[in-house]
Amino acid sequence: MKLSEVKSLLNVETIYGEKNIEDSLIIKSACGADLMSDVLAFSQEKTMLLTGLTNPQVVRTAEMIGIQAIIFVRGKKPPSETVFLAKELKILLYSTEKTLFEACGLLYKYGIRPEEMNYI
Amino acid sequence: MQKKEILNVAIERFDFQSGGEASSQLKNMLRKLGVSSDIVRKTAIVTYELEMNVIIHSFGGKITAQISEDELVIYADDKGPGIADLEKALTPGFSTAGSEIREMGFGAGMGLVNIKRYADNMDIRTAEGEGTNIKVTIKLEKPL
Repeated sequence: MKLSEVKSLLNVETIYGEKNIEDSLIIKSACGADLMSDVLAFSQEKTMLLTGLTNPQVVRTAEMIGIQAIIFVRGKKPPSETVFLAKELKILLYSTEKTLFEACGLLYKYGIRPEEMNYI
Repeated sequence: MQKKEILNVAIERFDFQSGGEASSQLKNMLRKLGVSSDIVRKTAIVTYELEMNVIIHSFGGKITAQISEDELVIYADDKGPGIADLEKALTPGFSTAGSEIREMGFGAGMGLVNIKRYADNMDIRTAEGEGTNIKVTIKLEKPL
């Protein structure tokens, strides 16, 4: 599914978007987590993160494992320092009114699959 | 190729604002050196966990990294207070972090577990009331 399709499905508000990336980035897998060390245990790059956390460390965590898009759930909006860092690192940010459970459920229903945990 | 220091960053206690900058710096440097993306990723995760540990749990310290022809060694050295029960600290899910830290998304009790998982070797020296010194080795797939 293209990122632009994910955006419509979750009815997101764009906080920081880049149209060319949204039209070309294919999202195959996603992870939903509020604990950053759990996110760091995920194995694949080019995945998408759904979270209820909005501090800059969320963007830092995404940077470390190559996540290109973050969706904040429950209508949360990140503070300006989070947006600033995301723009610097070209990590796209969106907000949806849906809960983490509902957002993940919808994505799953339309073919997005869970990330595999990288337990070496 | 002899060992070359490629990172030396001082880390302040509770400096969440700068948290991740050392890891980001190392990640970008390895990319420039042409290290494979898998190794860069492993290194970024390990260094970020080490960096956040120093910020969250220690009185401050530093992160350094040395590279040689076939391996990368990352050191996290802090000024204390040391790990009281190392076996517990290495148990997935165990954390001494308080509720404020957890609200920020840390303190999952997966830090050292993640480091061990991604590292080729992890060596921890610590004692209660003293500093903690962690040495992590990551083998390079192709020599530089």
